[in-house]
Amino acid sequence: MKRATWIRTLVVIGFVLLLEGLCRWGVIGRMTMIPPSEMADQLWKLLQSGRYNGHIFETLGNVAVAFVSAVVGGFVIGSILHSLPRARRAIDPFLATYYAIPFFAFYPLLVVIFGLNAAPIILIGFLFGVVAMIINTMNGLDRIPRVLIKTARVNGLGPLRTAWLIKLPSAAPQLFTGIKLAIAYSFIGVIAAEFIMSTSGLGYSIAYAFNNFDNRTMYALMLFIITLVTIVNAFFHVWERRIMARRGQ
Amino acid sequence: MRQFFDSLVFAAVLVAIWQGLHWFAGDIAIASPGVTAERAMVLLGSPSFWGHFRETFSALGYALAIAVLGGMTIGLVLGLHRLSGEVAEPILVSLYSLPKITLYPLILLIFGLGMSAKVAFGAIHGIIPVAIFTMGAVKTIAPVYFKTARVLQLSRRQLVATVVIPAAIPELVSGLRVGFSLTLLGVLIGEMFASQRGLGFLVMNAIGTLDVPTMMAVVLLLALVAVMISAGLLYLDRRLHHRVA
Repeated sequence: MKRATWIRTLVVIGFVLLLEGLCRWGVIGRMTMIPPSEMADQLWKLLQSGRYNGHIFETLGNVAVAFVSAVVGGFVIGSILHSLPRARRAIDPFLATYYAIPFFAFYPLLVVIFGLNAAPIILIGFLFGVVAMIINTMNGLDRIPRVLIKTARVNGLGPLRTAWLIKLPSAAPQLFTGIKLAIAYSFIGVIAAEFIMSTSGLGYSIAYAFNNFDNRTMYALMLFIITLVTIVNAFFHVWERRIMARRGQ
Repeated sequence: MRQFFDSLVFAAVLVAIWQGLHWFAGDIAIASPGVTAERAMVLLGSPSFWGHFRETFSALGYALAIAVLGGMTIGLVLGLHRLSGEVAEPILVSLYSLPKITLYPLILLIFGLGMSAKVAFGAIHGIIPVAIFTMGAVKTIAPVYFKTARVLQLSRRQLVATVVIPAAIPELVSGLRVGFSLTLLGVLIGEMFASQRGLGFLVMNAIGTLDVPTMMAVVLLLALVAVMISAGLLYLDRRLHHRVA
């Protein structure tokens, strides 16, 4: 392992131990935070009892639907816009300022339209992720070297084979950025929406535990989400590294 | 010019879709663009709206100040010291993609209800992207600048003030743009979940009383202000990058 990786591991462990110590010695009161070891212990109990399995699967399902539709939708819209330069120039200012609009303000509106179910939650996750994917798809397609397209034409590749053998691999780094943002944004969108207003899911369970002063459950579930998101991110990170390494970059 | 016209056409299409949705879903779900604009004008004339507006934007101001100063400091330190940068970058990136809303209860428990919790929540949204952008900016400064600084025997402080920050400014503005959006989002989410004041509260309150026009008018005004600020930063961003390139 590299030196930086070692130090990073030590830093993270040190931070957790520091928190543990501060909580145990009462510097951080029990009403504010419980020690990390108790969070983990409580999480283990919750997972074993299966009490929150329904909420967990529901949230993960919503995230998965939002993520997949954001990636597919963003890719398709991005490709179409890329082939229509005039429309793209017209829409560009809107895309550039898109993330300045505080999306969650629309969430209550979506609840009014669709009712208090999974649809507005998934839609918020989708809306949050799709534009990152659109922008990155267009950036990726922009960066395909002209010479490769010409080579494809010289070799008589059809449009489909050109797309598969030339365009997709050339655009891969940007597509990966888009996918990573889309996964982060769908998690953020879904959990925040559940948190603000919903009747089930992990975000709702955390808000519910908070309102009932049930700190143990709350921190256990927070730990669960943080661990889960970190693992998912690490997975994509490693996968991307591998693909880049294979290309010798 | 034609591009501007095309953008206007696109905006008109969006309003038309909005009107179409209104016809489709009815008054209870979506207020028409006309009614929303009317209500927005009424809101702009009422003092209580401006109270909420000030609350939200002063929280945003404090949060943004903390995020920018803190993020820049972290970014500068990590960018200038190679090893700590290597150690910290993956940690920062994974913190960036964490749904920070999960940490909101913790912030509420620490700061209690009110302004300081909102500011803190907004700041944790903004600080990480600013730090990541600053670090990236410092790392990509051409090495020849550092060599020149060493030849001129600049002190650490002079190096940061006269070389690092000017060279990194375009990227800093990009970071500020991302940081601004996320900080605003953080402040609003904070207001939507547990607050008695501010625009986020106004939206939640309007839905509680099923006052759809007010809700949409607040969202519209918020979006307009956010887009204007962001467009200004985007303009600055492009000009600075252009100047450098």
